[in-house]
Amino acid sequence: MAEKSLMKGNEALAEAALRAGCKCFFGYPITPQTEIAAYLSKRMPKVGGVFLQAESEVAAINMVYGCAGSGIRCMTSSSSPGISLKSEGISYIAGADLPCVIIDVMRGGPGLGGIQPSQADYYQITKGVGHGDYHIIVLAPSTVQEMADCVTRAFDLADKYRMPAVVLADGLLGQMMEPVAFDDAEIVMSDASNKPWAANGHKNSRKHNIINSLYLQAPELERTIRERYERYAEIEKNETKAVADYCDDADIVVVAYGSTARLAKSAVDEARKQGIKAGAFRPVTLYPFPVNELNAAVKNAKKVLVVEMSMGQMVDDVKLAINCSRPVEFFGRTGGVIPAPAEILEKIKEMGGND
Amino acid sequence: MEHARLTVITGHYGAGKTNFAVNLALDAAERGEKCTVIDLDIVNPYFRTADFEKTFSDKGIDLYAPVYANSNLDIPSLNIPLESILAAGGRVIIDVGGDDEGAKALGRFAPVITACESTDMLYVINKYRYLTKDAADAVQVMREIEYSCGLLHTGIVNNSSLGAETTADTVRESLAFADEVSELCGLPVRATCAVADAMPDSAPEKYVIKRYVRNLWEK
Repeated sequence: MAEKSLMKGNEALAEAALRAGCKCFFGYPITPQTEIAAYLSKRMPKVGGVFLQAESEVAAINMVYGCAGSGIRCMTSSSSPGISLKSEGISYIAGADLPCVIIDVMRGGPGLGGIQPSQADYYQITKGVGHGDYHIIVLAPSTVQEMADCVTRAFDLADKYRMPAVVLADGLLGQMMEPVAFDDAEIVMSDASNKPWAANGHKNSRKHNIINSLYLQAPELERTIRERYERYAEIEKNETKAVADYCDDADIVVVAYGSTARLAKSAVDEARKQGIKAGAFRPVTLYPFPVNELNAAVKNAKKVLVVEMSMGQMVDDVKLAINCSRPVEFFGRTGGVIPAPAEILEKIKEMGGND
Repeated sequence: MEHARLTVITGHYGAGKTNFAVNLALDAAERGEKCTVIDLDIVNPYFRTADFEKTFSDKGIDLYAPVYANSNLDIPSLNIPLESILAAGGRVIIDVGGDDEGAKALGRFAPVITACESTDMLYVINKYRYLTKDAADAVQVMREIEYSCGLLHTGIVNNSSLGAETTADTVRESLAFADEVSELCGLPVRATCAVADAMPDSAPEKYVIKRYVRNLWEK
């Protein structure tokens, strides 16, 4: 690893994209992720890439659709309301089996909401965002270094399974600064090699490829969707990732992702200091949800506490994952309010963490 | 470090301007000086001097900030009577937003700042910021800021840090970088900032700071 730099989360996402060979970025500004576009507007021209500020979020995601069809690695980024605007395009990209990376730095909603951090778009992003029977990969980092690493992984997974992959952050992660290291490898822009499906021009040397999501014959559409779900089954089997701390002997396992996981971990550390057997479980992949890892983590637990910066969304997936085998409680703050570690600790105690 | 009556603090995004400004203000208050902080950041809605409203008011430090700072409105509305603030006496510290974009808001105050009898405009550098890790790039951002606001710097502040992971080695390895920036732009290193246990003996113009800008899980 090279020497460390101090970077904002948003900058690390952007730099990591370049280093993953992302040749084209199409974006539109929105707080709290605008630094991604600002950073790439400075860096892209220096490394032979393309930065384009589109006229809207809708335009940006459709540029990604076209660019992804050519087999080149490309990315867009936005925050909650902008992701809603991109939802149609994301559905089309999934329906055309194209790889791309989308960054979502969540802020408070609904509507224009606010510009402070939030996790209230868990349902939206993990359930595909747009219309139709499909999934997108969702990675949820919790440090600036992991934000960079998740971008690399998102590009790899998107290419491997030919589908959109999202790196899901929030305003806190996007804006905070931490040391981060990138490897020394030279930046190499991606091309369409190893992508025989790409519509990238071939001088009539083969049958042309078609990028399309329209299937007017129902059996044909069903077949393409079923094929896609076979891929999803592989993803659910092979690509889950989670981090468990002190879960083996924990009475109460606290489940949280993203920046909230760091707040929850602080609370769990403090609980342990006070002799309370608490554990921390952090899903890194939200789709695929780390079902087996969670079941292993709660094996000896009496109760589960889910903490989110929302009114409670991932809590549903936690209940499903463990089949409601133990009581699942929820604590959250919303609208841009960040839960304090002391509040989480209080909730752990209230759940009988002192017994 | 020696202080002018008016200190204008600029720098690249995330170089540590706000933390430096907060340290200067709290130190001044500690010495019993009347002190006013002006948060001129119209770019960044997170991690800014206006976050320290309560700390400042407890210490008797006056704070002026953009009208909508820390509200949910992203509107860069400034209502800052700089002439009156300067006329009232005491030290004045202006924390400017990052890069040339952030310095745009400073331009409108340039005539007042130029007229002030004792002014420092300090450029904060951090060797560990990715886009300004080369001295030439750091100086280019400095010139862009000057071009944007129509004011010239008088010194540089070496605030090189890796946040919570900063050690004396981190700071020591930045000294040559600060010298190089100083040489390229012809301005003196007016301070080397570090927390007490990370301040190397060899650092010039030592200024021991505290980390006030922190994440919730570090508090």
